[in-house]
Amino acid sequence: MSLSLDDIKRVANLACIEVSETEAATALIQLSGIFGLIEQMQAVDTSAIEPMSHAQDVVQRLRDDTVTESDQRELFQSIAPKTEAGLYLVPKVIE
Amino acid sequence: MRQHGFGIHPPLFYDLSRLANAMLNSSLKQLSTLLAAKKISSVELTGEFLKRVKALNPDYNAFITIDEKISLAQAQTADAMIASGQAQPLTGIPIAQKDIFCTKGWLTTCGSKMLSNFVSPYDAGVIERFNAAGAVNIGKTNMDEFAMGSSNETSFYGPVKNPWDITAVPGGSSGGSACAVAARMAPAATGTDTGGSIRQPAALCGISGIKPTYGLVSRYGMIAFASSLDQGGPMAKSAEDLALMLNVMTGFDTRDSTSLQRASEDYMRDLAKPLQGLRIGLPKEYFVAGMSADVARAVEAAITEYRRLGAETVEVSLPNTKLSIPVYYVLAPAEASSNLSRFDGVRYGHRAPEYTNLNDMYQKSRAQGFGAEVKRRILIGTYVLSHGYYDAYYIQAQKLRRLIAQDFAAAFAQCDIIMGPTTPTTAFALGEKSGNPVQMYLSDTYTIATNLAGLPGMSIPAGFGDNNRPVGLHIIGNYFTEAQMLNVAHQYQQVTDWHIRMPDKLIT
Repeated sequence: MSLSLDDIKRVANLACIEVSETEAATALIQLSGIFGLIEQMQAVDTSAIEPMSHAQDVVQRLRDDTVTESDQRELFQSIAPKTEAGLYLVPKVIE
Repeated sequence: MRQHGFGIHPPLFYDLSRLANAMLNSSLKQLSTLLAAKKISSVELTGEFLKRVKALNPDYNAFITIDEKISLAQAQTADAMIASGQAQPLTGIPIAQKDIFCTKGWLTTCGSKMLSNFVSPYDAGVIERFNAAGAVNIGKTNMDEFAMGSSNETSFYGPVKNPWDITAVPGGSSGGSACAVAARMAPAATGTDTGGSIRQPAALCGISGIKPTYGLVSRYGMIAFASSLDQGGPMAKSAEDLALMLNVMTGFDTRDSTSLQRASEDYMRDLAKPLQGLRIGLPKEYFVAGMSADVARAVEAAITEYRRLGAETVEVSLPNTKLSIPVYYVLAPAEASSNLSRFDGVRYGHRAPEYTNLNDMYQKSRAQGFGAEVKRRILIGTYVLSHGYYDAYYIQAQKLRRLIAQDFAAAFAQCDIIMGPTTPTTAFALGEKSGNPVQMYLSDTYTIATNLAGLPGMSIPAGFGDNNRPVGLHIIGNYFTEAQMLNVAHQYQQVTDWHIRMPDKLIT
């Protein structure tokens, strides 16, 4: 597998990270090296093996659908970049 | 008003600064005894360690934040607990907290510009437990950004220096915690370990550290890197200190969906057991090319010491060892890319000062807030999870993860505990690997597999290599055998003194 500069830009866009041309070029070199390491995985036949997503064989705990948290809006919004009237402010998204 | 603090203690009969010197190498149990006997108050003890932090931190950069006022107020509360007979083993003892644990009222940065303005509105589960135990927070320690690194060089707050050699890295990501304990700026500290981030810096700084079985320490409020691998744990001078810390840190937490519901344990209970008949497994894949000669010598000497203590050794095999790094560098970035999507500049953290629209705000805030290594891992993670590559990378890595876990299960059928080196070399030089991610990743070659399998792993000091830099002995246990691992480490520390060595220049 070989990565292209377009792959880097596409992935950066998916990840919502702005990259300059220079950064993309550096990332291409470094990620190619890292994928060189990762490619070793492909040498193993794993067709009969179940994927392991988690270290412990446990089922997801569920809780009752009840309110457990108290309202701390003011505290939480005190560290937000921009708020107004209890709302988080972002640039206009609907014209 | 309840009387507390300084006033109620009898005057000290000896010079406090001489006591402070003696305290530098004191165990947590010894400090606790001094506090209980009112030979010293927590306010005095905390004050002495704060003095040391202020004197040494400009050179070592182990702490991102100290807050004398909060620390001393906590010490006063602890003194009141002691005075009223409510003291627990860690009451009044200063503990350094890795800056990955959200701590109410404290700047909690995770080593990132992204969170350089984040004063946490709540406490992590681990912090709550230390608070309830009456421990004092002596400060928040430096770390690789979002715990992504093996040298502490990716921190937005600059690298930490190794107390044994200021030109060497302390390891990472819990490099600040390792440095703080090694330089005796704190009696003990917390760390987190996703691929070796407790054990590798513990080894490189000559201290002890344990990553417990996945699920024993709450991840609530512990800023997430790779959720299926992240686990908090203690870092301290000795196994006995680690056991006391684990007694506080472990326990079920409903707010962490992967927290395990188990009966509580006393990790001190087996420390004194003799090691007669202990079967130590030595993975043949760990003792091959790649390990430097000085590390090999120290590890072999430690194993000889264990034979003298009555243990037997048996060769075991972990044939998929070489796959751990590739598997880790698929799974950890994949989970990280998902976890770090929460940093969008909307509710907290860095927001770019200028932007044209919402998407531009996200893109610029994240480009400015994250450092190079974090961006690299987000890009890898996004790529391996993207359409067309998911099966080839992510699913394949999950399948290999199972093979790696099965290797350990087979090995533990032949032995009680596994030993080897924690790291292939002693501490490397600052800047030596920072330009080469692949080289940096390979320095975690012995530690990563235990995270993938979810097993407990530990590193204890086992001597020194060339240039007088510490070597760590890696001890891997089966699931939930922390008490036995601590016993194994403690017995070694009864017949060796590596764990109480400290850099000559730091003895005041």
